[in-house]
Amino acid sequence: MLADNRIKTVTSLEAAPAELPTKGRSLWRDAGRRFMANKAALTSLIVLIGVVLFTIVGPYFAKWSIEKVDWSVVGNVLHAGAPSLETGHYFGTDEVGRDLYSRVIQGTQISLLVGLVGSAIAVIVGTIYGAVAGYFGGRLDSAMMRLVDIIYSIPYMFILILLLIVFGRSFIMLFVGIGLISWLGMSRVVRGQTLTLKNREFVEAAIATGSKPRDVIFRHIVPNLLGIVAIYATLLVPEMILLESFISFLGLGVQEPNTSLGALISEGAQTMQYGTYWQLAFPLVFFITILFTFFFVGDGLRDALDPKDR
Amino acid sequence: MIQFILKRLAVAIPTLLVLIVVSFFLMKMAPGNPFAGEKTVPQSVLDNIYARYGLDKPEWQQLAEYIYNVVFRFDFGPSFQYRDRTVNDIIAQGFPVTFTYGAWAFVAASVIGIALGVVAAVRQNSWADYLSVGFSIGAQVVPNFVMAPILVLVFTLWLRWLPGGGWNGGHWSNVVLPVVALATSYFANIARITRSSMLEVLGSNYIRTARAKGLPGWKVIFGHALRPALLPVVSYLGPVFVGMVTGSVVIDLYFSTGGIGQAFVNSALNRDYSTILGITILLGALTITANLVVDVLYAWIDPKIEL
Amino acid sequence: MMITQTLKAAMVAAALLSATALTAPAYAAMVPEGTKLAAEQVFKYRVLDNINTLDPQLVEDVDTSAVVRSLFEGLYNSGPDGEPVPGVAESYDVNEDNTVYTFHLRDAKWSNGEPVIAGDFVYAWQRAVTPETASNYAYFVGLVGVVNADAIVAGEKKPEELGVKAIDDKTLEVTLSFSSPWFIRTLSHATLFPTYKASVDKGIDWTKPENMVSNGAFTLAENTPGERVVLKRNPNYWDNEHTVLEEVQFLTINDENQGLTRWRAGEVDQTDVPAGQYPALKAELPDNTFSVPQFCTYYFSVNMTDKQPNAALADVKVREALSLAIDRDVIVNGILQGGQQPAYSFTHPLTAGFTMPEIAAAAMTQEERDAKAVALMTEAGFSKDNPLTINYIYNTSEAHKKIATVVSQMWKEKLGVTMNLQDMEFQTLLDTRHSKTYELARNAWCGDYNEASTFLSLLDSKSEQNDQGYANADVDSWLAASKTAEDPNVQYAEIEAQAAKDVPIMPIYFYAKVFMQNADVKGWPYDDVEQNWYAKDLYKVAE
Repeated sequence: MLADNRIKTVTSLEAAPAELPTKGRSLWRDAGRRFMANKAALTSLIVLIGVVLFTIVGPYFAKWSIEKVDWSVVGNVLHAGAPSLETGHYFGTDEVGRDLYSRVIQGTQISLLVGLVGSAIAVIVGTIYGAVAGYFGGRLDSAMMRLVDIIYSIPYMFILILLLIVFGRSFIMLFVGIGLISWLGMSRVVRGQTLTLKNREFVEAAIATGSKPRDVIFRHIVPNLLGIVAIYATLLVPEMILLESFISFLGLGVQEPNTSLGALISEGAQTMQYGTYWQLAFPLVFFITILFTFFFVGDGLRDALDPKDR
Repeated sequence: MIQFILKRLAVAIPTLLVLIVVSFFLMKMAPGNPFAGEKTVPQSVLDNIYARYGLDKPEWQQLAEYIYNVVFRFDFGPSFQYRDRTVNDIIAQGFPVTFTYGAWAFVAASVIGIALGVVAAVRQNSWADYLSVGFSIGAQVVPNFVMAPILVLVFTLWLRWLPGGGWNGGHWSNVVLPVVALATSYFANIARITRSSMLEVLGSNYIRTARAKGLPGWKVIFGHALRPALLPVVSYLGPVFVGMVTGSVVIDLYFSTGGIGQAFVNSALNRDYSTILGITILLGALTITANLVVDVLYAWIDPKIEL
Repeated sequence: MMITQTLKAAMVAAALLSATALTAPAYAAMVPEGTKLAAEQVFKYRVLDNINTLDPQLVEDVDTSAVVRSLFEGLYNSGPDGEPVPGVAESYDVNEDNTVYTFHLRDAKWSNGEPVIAGDFVYAWQRAVTPETASNYAYFVGLVGVVNADAIVAGEKKPEELGVKAIDDKTLEVTLSFSSPWFIRTLSHATLFPTYKASVDKGIDWTKPENMVSNGAFTLAENTPGERVVLKRNPNYWDNEHTVLEEVQFLTINDENQGLTRWRAGEVDQTDVPAGQYPALKAELPDNTFSVPQFCTYYFSVNMTDKQPNAALADVKVREALSLAIDRDVIVNGILQGGQQPAYSFTHPLTAGFTMPEIAAAAMTQEERDAKAVALMTEAGFSKDNPLTINYIYNTSEAHKKIATVVSQMWKEKLGVTMNLQDMEFQTLLDTRHSKTYELARNAWCGDYNEASTFLSLLDSKSEQNDQGYANADVDSWLAASKTAEDPNVQYAEIEAQAAKDVPIMPIYFYAKVFMQNADVKGWPYDDVEQNWYAKDLYKVAE
């Protein structure tokens, strides 16, 4: 969004001629072109791809696993555990002598995964929920939206903590906990969008020709929501990663020896005043990079697709 | 308008009831009990404690009595964790604290966030734009559990300007660091939303007309553009307000402010059922109120919207 | 919670022999002559967010006890090395078989100026056991032996039937259900502090500053849970002339690193040292950094019941191999680094009157232990080709996580064992440990009183604290025999040896309290392994 190259005149989602999937493609091509012209978004995308590639290629250069303790470092982390090419701890070690290079890579993978799965849940549940509510309208709509309001009014942190306490810590619970919250906003956005789409000619035509509601929703409405869903999902990823870091900070994140950037940062923040700066610096740099790039890519997408509603 | 508010309030009550019931049973499902400690308490002692707090009754009865007391006596019951305090005491002590720094942080984040957003939009694609967007996102992506200890290191240990914690009855010097730590996590979204909606408004016909009439730039911005541009910001600020006056665990933990956030997490971890429920109801009611206020504000800003 | 302290063996013997009044000098801030005191006498102490109640009869944890000890005063206090020193009682008489204690009270006053009378103790002790009070520590009165306490807790007798009575306003008589030479040592426990009936009658609000009437050296000025508790000097305290501090602040600082930052900034006078930071701090600030032994043992519990989900852990060879392969020196010197001691047996070595038995594993080198561990594992049928997997549960905490991490790597490298770490929050861990559905669990025990049985009774098959579900008839009978034995160390050595053989627990280390304290603070009880400190004993000197 730094270089905000909004092009007012060109097609917005509202005006998209979306009756036929083939024509829809040109919308995407236009958007792609606009996105490529947005330098900040493009740079961010490249950096982000770089980070992802690093998490894939990086492990081949690691000399230590994520859990192996370097006994020669134990008890003297401040000096022996500093980043060094010789020891193979490129990013230094953590407080018990485990290699931070490997752990940061794994933490990045998990944080990205949490972000992606969180927003995937939002996309699937939120889109269907919002589309159904918006399409059918009336009582069903107000009941469904009332439910969203109710869930919104529950302090989410409380539910998250309770869920993790009741069902224990695990990857799955983390995803469920995050997904439970993430879809709410999406469903509202999608519902609003559906309400306007519903009255458009192509939808009315489909209904008039006797298509079943399910077909109308999945063939005609959902495809036309993809733009806004994509933007919203991209912007959700950094929010989910931030949320995960908070959960890790509360001590309710993934189980050892697995780790996430949030967990690493939380550990690093505790020892920063003792001179082991690398325990905070490396995970934090990755964390910030990911969040920055996702924000810019999300904004770039929004500008490229230029919907009126957010 | 009044009818609208009444209607919303009518819906709020069943919403809160559902909230109470769900929280109550989730809480009961969690393993452990509020009176367990590292050392096991003999059964006879435990029986007395359960009887004292009515936990020996069937769960539906506990729930019914709880709801009765809350509704008719505004009594949230005794805390199980703080044995000489009631939940009313805990809320009465913790909420004003949380509300104070939360409200200040809200004001700070809104003012700074909107200012940054407006500057960025007006000076689109200039260094001021890059700087304000970069600054706000930069502030947001540093988690506040990193921000808080850094602030204490800098302002308490190195500069010796401000105390590193405590509340001291709300003395300004104790309020500053919590407010900064909390506000920074919200700049970015407020600035981003302000910026993009401002850009949209600035591009619209009536602003162009105003400009064409030769009105000075600042008058156009503050007189004509700002109000409509704030619409999406206001809808975002509702949840932010609730987030600030509730989601303060990190602040309470690092600054020992004695706020409600810490009480909340503590009571969840200690299975202090009555405190958990009390705070949940409080937060739920706050959320509903904040959403209502947002809708009313919305109507005030944009007279086209009918309530 | 810890009860009282080191009554040295000699002192026990003295109490046993002399059934006469025993008078000792009271203890207060012992300011040497010529000391220049600081102008501002305010002591700021870091606590966690756990000051749950200031009602003496309801107090549960160590930090809260520290607050309540300065607000209220019991019959006896614990002195600088943990030995009992007179409090409200000036002296006591005891009968031949140590079952009837008669206390002679001094002229002490409540903070409102009313005298502290024997009836206040009777009221408070009855209150502690009354079912309606619902105190977690109600059982404590029975534990120390007061007649009928358990029956009253169970609702079978009336509170008035408790074995304590006021002969007159200045004389209190306590009857015990068993012979207890160490009864005096339990009197500094908050549960047995007096409370003022007219104050308590105000209901749940009685511990608010405006309502509380107390008899300690300090009175309550402010109590804001999660932030601070402030105490002010009590001019009505009987030994007020020897009190030096004017104010005590208990400041909540949950994060220990934050505590250290604020200690460096001069905002607190004392704070704990985070694990692993002791050596660096000791080098930097030798006069402010302290490490003293603490009365606790850290260990792993093995589920010994039929519910043990992991068949391999039922094999004693596997358990012994695992225990041997834990390199305790690395944990103590490499991870904790705060003066903790490696543990191969359960009872804390500094327990009064306790002789450390010789445990074979303690005498071996780590290489020998490792070699034996590998041999045992092979015998049990496990090897790196046929690896064993174990689930270990612990509660969320950086220190527990570090220990779990290094142990898992020790086992993996030496024995090929895969240890799955399951971090759960504390309440869930307690629940899982009690329901005995775990395989291996983190555990720790702090002594309740300074005698070996406070540790070893946990191995009793009937003990509520026996999380292992360990049942050995010999151990049970040795425990029973030790109570009346002339030298219980004979039985204690047998029990430790049997436990080392059966491995229901894997002891890891004995605790140390590691803390930073401003050099101007004097009078801290460094020699008390239970660290029971009284604000009235402290003073600040001018720097």
